[in-house]
Amino acid sequence: MATAKLLGASVKRREDPRFMTGKGNYTDDLKLPGMTYAAFVRSPHAHARIGKIDTAKAAAYPGVVAVYTGKDMTGVNSLPCGWDLRKDKNIPGVVQDLVMVPHMPLSSDVARHVGDPVAVVIADSQDAALDAAELVSVQWEPLSSVTATDRATQSGAAQVHAGAPGNVAFKWELGGGDLDAAFKSADVVVKKRIVNQRLVANAMEPRACVARFEDSTGELTLWVTSQNPHVHRLLMCAFVLGIPEHKVRVIAPDVGGGFGSKIFLYNEEVVCSWATRKIKRPIRWTATRREAYLTDAQGRDHVTDAAMAMSKDGKILGFHVKTTANLGAYLSTFAPAVPTFLYGTLLNGVYVMGAIKCEVTGVFTNTTAVDAYRGAGRPEACYVIERMIDVAAAALKMDPADVRKKNFIPKFSGAYQTHVAVSYDSGDYAKAFDRLLQMFDYKKFRAEQTEARKKGRYLGVGFSTYIEACSIAPSKLVGALGAGAGLYESGKVRVHPTGGVTVYTGSHSHGQGHETTFAQLVADGLQIPMDQVEVVHGDTGLIPFGMGTYGSRSASVGGTALHMSVDKIKEKGKKIAAHLLEASASDIEYVGGQFQVRGAPGKAVPFGAVALTAYVPHNYPEGLEPGLEETSFYDPSNFCFPFGAHACVVEIDPDTGHVDIVRYIAVDDVGNVINPMIVDGMVHGGIAQGVAQALWEGAVYDDQSGQLVTGSLMDYAIPKADMLPMYETDRTETPTPVNPLGVKGAGETGTIASTPAVMNAVVDALAGFGVDHIETMPLTPERVWMTLQAAKSKK
Amino acid sequence: MKKSVSITINGVKHTHEVEPRLLLVHFIRELAGLTGTHVGCDTSQCGACTIHLNGQAVKSCTMLAVQADGAQIKTIEGMATDGKLHPIQDAFWEKHGLQCGFCTPGMIMSAAQLLERYPKPSEDQIRHQLEGNLCRCTGYHNIVKAIQYAAEKMAGK
Amino acid sequence: MYPAQFEYHKASTVKEALDLLGKYKDEAKLLAGGHSLLPAMKFRLAQPKHLIDIGKVSGLAGIKEDGGTLVIGAMTTHHDIEASALLKSKCPLLPEVAGHIGDPMVRNMGTIGGSLAHADPAADWPAAAIALGAEMVAEGPKGKRTIKADDFFKGLLTTALADDEILTEIRVQAGGANVKSAYAKFPHPASRFAVVGVAAVLTMDGGKIAKASIGITGAGTKATRAKGVEAAIAGKAADAASIQAAAEKGADGVDVQADLQGSEEYKKHLLKVFSKRAIEAAAAKK
Repeated sequence: MATAKLLGASVKRREDPRFMTGKGNYTDDLKLPGMTYAAFVRSPHAHARIGKIDTAKAAAYPGVVAVYTGKDMTGVNSLPCGWDLRKDKNIPGVVQDLVMVPHMPLSSDVARHVGDPVAVVIADSQDAALDAAELVSVQWEPLSSVTATDRATQSGAAQVHAGAPGNVAFKWELGGGDLDAAFKSADVVVKKRIVNQRLVANAMEPRACVARFEDSTGELTLWVTSQNPHVHRLLMCAFVLGIPEHKVRVIAPDVGGGFGSKIFLYNEEVVCSWATRKIKRPIRWTATRREAYLTDAQGRDHVTDAAMAMSKDGKILGFHVKTTANLGAYLSTFAPAVPTFLYGTLLNGVYVMGAIKCEVTGVFTNTTAVDAYRGAGRPEACYVIERMIDVAAAALKMDPADVRKKNFIPKFSGAYQTHVAVSYDSGDYAKAFDRLLQMFDYKKFRAEQTEARKKGRYLGVGFSTYIEACSIAPSKLVGALGAGAGLYESGKVRVHPTGGVTVYTGSHSHGQGHETTFAQLVADGLQIPMDQVEVVHGDTGLIPFGMGTYGSRSASVGGTALHMSVDKIKEKGKKIAAHLLEASASDIEYVGGQFQVRGAPGKAVPFGAVALTAYVPHNYPEGLEPGLEETSFYDPSNFCFPFGAHACVVEIDPDTGHVDIVRYIAVDDVGNVINPMIVDGMVHGGIAQGVAQALWEGAVYDDQSGQLVTGSLMDYAIPKADMLPMYETDRTETPTPVNPLGVKGAGETGTIASTPAVMNAVVDALAGFGVDHIETMPLTPERVWMTLQAAKSKK
Repeated sequence: MKKSVSITINGVKHTHEVEPRLLLVHFIRELAGLTGTHVGCDTSQCGACTIHLNGQAVKSCTMLAVQADGAQIKTIEGMATDGKLHPIQDAFWEKHGLQCGFCTPGMIMSAAQLLERYPKPSEDQIRHQLEGNLCRCTGYHNIVKAIQYAAEKMAGK
Repeated sequence: MYPAQFEYHKASTVKEALDLLGKYKDEAKLLAGGHSLLPAMKFRLAQPKHLIDIGKVSGLAGIKEDGGTLVIGAMTTHHDIEASALLKSKCPLLPEVAGHIGDPMVRNMGTIGGSLAHADPAADWPAAAIALGAEMVAEGPKGKRTIKADDFFKGLLTTALADDEILTEIRVQAGGANVKSAYAKFPHPASRFAVVGVAAVLTMDGGKIAKASIGITGAGTKATRAKGVEAAIAGKAADAASIQAAAEKGADGVDVQADLQGSEEYKKHLLKVFSKRAIEAAAAKK
């Protein structure tokens, strides 16, 4: 039976009908018999010693079932940090070991950021829990706090952790080539300070969990808004609560966005999982948006001093980057990896560089913990490179497009070894840029820009030619770099007797559409109709151990695991078919959904018949087990490296400094594409978040009080529909040799590329006034206007 | 003191004794058991809670259930009729106007009012009328396309 | 995100509402559209013990003309003002300003009376009320009284309304053919409240601006009249140079509050820019 080609088809999503009709199953939708509700008591101070906690009034409040503090949670360990940086483990680049500071689910000694939880109230109703939580009285002894990244290590700054003097969490470096020689021989050296500001993920669904302990069986079920339920289970069971993994089932049902913030193990699900075992009733907790602002792991927060050494004809001789990375008050699950191995290793960009050195100091401050947020380290790297390229171009009085073209790594496939450890998989960077310049008439724009200037209008264009590392990752490699986990993915394909197929993937869809794309993948591989394939994800009770969805890894790593299982199914099917057809297995090929004898297509047996035979093995090969299901764990041999070229055109209102996005054009190479419509959607959403960092978003902590001033959607501006244009997108397709699907990964490219594209455009618009750089984002109207005023007064 | 509140949702009357402080969105989600209407924020910004109250789009998180006593409400669960999707739902599906789905019910309810008031909306009008609905996933591009497509379909083109 | 407990009372007449206000005094708050009050209550920043819902009080909503005066019921929603054909023809500033408030869902519930009585320093209506020389009609236990817009906004979230009074009507004069108006706003990217908002009502005399009435919101602790700009533009031609010169007075008399959106310097500059834009836009109207 012939089926339409599914790989590369924009198939409508399976997920949509339930989401569009209000039948999604999000964690807060869950109602269980006897369910109770949790409300957390949190520190209103950025830094405070915790004295007596009086819970008597709260415990006596009508409807309250229990009140717990940190002291009640005996035998419970710290939330773990899953990435170590230690010299004695031979982890490359470590200059000063990571200080593994404790992070208790409920703090009892010191609260280290506003929102740090110290007690939990559990009651029959949400109202009662909230009312009673207000009755918990804590004797706080406020301490001085430090929040600013570039002040954390100054003498006299408040100490966040006793074990981390000077608030230094770690020191790390990476590089290659002769940097000193590069800078000595340079014709031009440009130096700039670059601030990559703190961001709040703001997935539309706030974090939530429901924990249910079943006394009769000793089993705990935890529903939680997680991007990786198995990881949640492992961390919680093995490291924190010390309960056996096989007695715990973690289910991530429909999850409303994550962007990294739902990867990590958080206090709240640990406390609820512990408490349900005490009260023997289910407990539900849902974050308010304010709680999300205070406790969801935040993103970015680097202060960087960068220097680029150039030859007079525009070649990049050397690149020196010194970064201070703010980790917040505690070490979130993957935090140390983000400003090190996901950052420094991308500083070669798409360019041939003579030498690179990257030095990173991680610091603690009295702020919410920082960890991976869409792009996780790669946007920070791309921003530094792309900003400095433009700065260098301006200093050389060269066109920024020309400087890029001059330095692109020439087309290659197989390997390009960079100065910063990684070896790129395949790339044709000039081709993506050329395609961009076909979509964007650069010469015409420069002419328009000049004309507009005469009329007092300020237009600008910014380029961003990016590369990123995703499809994380080879387990041994990341293990050697300090990861406490493997980064393979699982994929089980179960064929049922009547020919239907259920796919169990360790990936987890929280917007990515895996129920559709993985069905496409498996149906295409098995050459059966797509509606014969069902995809299951998010349940540790059903799915082999998987590492989850982040780092643009699901299609490439999760998809390949399924591809391997499909191949195994076909191999076994051939053996069964060979027996039925009285041929040898090596003579059987799988074509058009049937197993047939090579050269004799009339001698064939369809997939369905083979499936049935596997489960009713009467006429069956000797020694072959019945059944037709296969599980694979795919451990990639390398990262994959999507790349591309973006351009952003802006217009600045000189009277207010307001920046309008006039055009946004993106050319991306994500390797092969399973579902173009879904990949486009990923790019759109990614661009919105990267543009937002450039223009609107920024988590601001008050220096004195440590309060998060931008603590709600009224203060922190995530984009609305009227702030963004339609995006113009296109693709080049350079398949990766790393996996058999040729898929690189697409979830984060938009965010990585777009921030520098916007920044470069604004600087370009102001270049006529002598502006070559703006240190800080977001480019609020005030910041742009003040920059313009300062530049004008210099002239 | 609790109050008795009767609200007709998607044609079905729901009567409950409630504390006056119960928000309409919680009446809908917890008491009427219709969980398609979502809570995404606490400052009335995000629009995930948007429903129709007596024919107008309203943020149900910014209303008390007692205020809606006697009202006719339509939620996302009431948009499809007899198992047939509303043209706006069809359009969101066709144009990939959703990813994680969390903002989608509110977005669709808002779009329904938009198209009622502006049957032939320009791109600018669509974007402006969606000021009260936040989406973190799509970048809005396909949402705008979905609404444009729905407008065409509903105009009978 | 749950308010503290309170008692709920539904009033069906103004008298009933006034009786309840008199009974519960400062323990009570009126509930109009609820889109300023309920957000505050959800954070427990406001914890009234008694809510008096005036949403169903008859006669408080609606727009009508009474001679040359437009009478807008205090409970009229922003949307109804935005959509009003009568106002579009007789007082277009009101529908124009209404379209800037919040978002479509907020506009379906929020009321002009609620907004004016709340007097958020960054709300849009106060600027329009001043520019139009609106008169606020309040009813209290001692009867009705009229408060002029210039006397209405007293301070941060404070109006001339007494605690036992209810705002019932807003009265504005219908504009003649020679009256032109516009609202120029620089919105906060997140909250969409006015960082700066300037409403200008110009009485034209040929190509000259005989009189300007300008209300400013957003930058200070309350809405104010831009007396300096008004004086500078009165009697001048509506040309770019005159308007620019008059707009230089845009920050006069405003107690500018610096915040994340801008320093004092920047906001003062914005006041000038948007004074200019409001006058230019009004003058350019047909």
